[in-house]
Amino acid sequence: MWLWFYKLASPPYAYAMAARLRPWLLWSALILMAVAAYGGLVLAPPDYQQKDAFRIMYVHVPSAILSLSVYIILAVAAGIGIIWRIKLAHAVAAACAPIGASFTVLALATGSIWGKPMWGTWWEWDPRLTSELIQLFLYLGYMALRSSFDDTQRADRASAILAIVGVVNVPVVKYSVVWWNSLHQGPSISKMAAPSIASPMLWPLLIMLLAFMLYFAAVLCDRIRAEILKRERNASWLNALAAGT
Amino acid sequence: MTEPGLMRIVGLIVARELRLAVRHWDQVVQPLIFFVVVTTLFPLAISPSLNELRNIAPGVVWVAAMLASLLALESLFRPDVEDGTIEQWALSGQPLSLLLLAKTVTHWLLAGLPLVIMAPIVGTALGMPMSVWPVLAGSLALGTGCLSILGGIGAALTVAVRRGSVLLALLVLPLEMPVLIFGARAVDLAMHGEAVAGPLNLLAAMLLLCLALGPFAMSAAMRISLE
Repeated sequence: MWLWFYKLASPPYAYAMAARLRPWLLWSALILMAVAAYGGLVLAPPDYQQKDAFRIMYVHVPSAILSLSVYIILAVAAGIGIIWRIKLAHAVAAACAPIGASFTVLALATGSIWGKPMWGTWWEWDPRLTSELIQLFLYLGYMALRSSFDDTQRADRASAILAIVGVVNVPVVKYSVVWWNSLHQGPSISKMAAPSIASPMLWPLLIMLLAFMLYFAAVLCDRIRAEILKRERNASWLNALAAGT
Repeated sequence: MTEPGLMRIVGLIVARELRLAVRHWDQVVQPLIFFVVVTTLFPLAISPSLNELRNIAPGVVWVAAMLASLLALESLFRPDVEDGTIEQWALSGQPLSLLLLAKTVTHWLLAGLPLVIMAPIVGTALGMPMSVWPVLAGSLALGTGCLSILGGIGAALTVAVRRGSVLLALLVLPLEMPVLIFGARAVDLAMHGEAVAGPLNLLAAMLLLCLALGPFAMSAAMRISLE
């Protein structure tokens, strides 16, 4: 039953699968982004307090959510790699890191741009902003540790340990607005209660979030293929593939 | 021959570390001197006025303690990895996590505890009132314990990397930021006469978490570095 999952651990199969999935993921991401952008920029009414400035939420919130979930995916992949010794899991973790770091930078930058008209300041050392900044440092530290080893296997295992240790920051970022009196607003979307955000503003946000996730998956496909090329460059299947085309 | 018990092994490690430290006490004392020198930089750079220094004193003392503990981490694992001692520990069949924890705790006694003792003196030089000394020493005692263990994880990860001291700082400082936040906050609250139980309890919780899970991360990282 799980054969489809086990097959993904094989580099040639994953390479081919990533190539097949990527156009579907990318195009659906772009189309949904267009739909969500239209809904968010044109259809949604202006906020009674923030007027039109709130619309940056449609970039800021999905990138912030993704900056954390990509790190979880990275840490889980690293954990799978270290426990079950699946090399491709380490490749997935390595591929996720730059994407996650970019989303974190995007979240910090768009948050900063949103903060200037709203709070009157580009930056504030409140718990959520500070812990998200620490998240960026964790991503950068992961990439730095990885690049400091010449041997790929050593790099994989050492950075996997670092990734797992760093997971402790993710709940800190998520719950920072609940645990502390933060300048950043509290959670509006919850699993149990009705969302505190108006419906015409909510649905473009959810669609944009889905679009960002599909976009992340598409970029991940590209990066995984690049990682496989790097790691398997001497493998016979790859040489056969290159000779065949 | 019966195998020695774990308590005896931990005792042997602690005794070894202390004996080595006594023979090279001039190297052991260097991070402490760095601590004092760094705190001296701030009055020179900012202002000699004690009133102004008093506001930033908790932060300055804490940041200097963090940087001094980073420097001390160089001597935690590198010498013993280079001469093969840790390799023997990994092969010995004893739990590597416990052996490394014993080493880290002794390292704290030699590097962290002197900071805790020196901090009130340095804080007074920056204008801190004497009433704050207990909270300063307590928060630093808990905090430097966390710093030693988190630093130990980073040191185990980077011990095999050439010129890895800057990388060590880059990896360990983000993980140590919560310790810094709560430690400096505790001292700051004490200076304003407010209740310090919150941050101090959180520091203690962080230390317990590090003590419980840190050794496993250290031993996993060390086994990777020893390959």
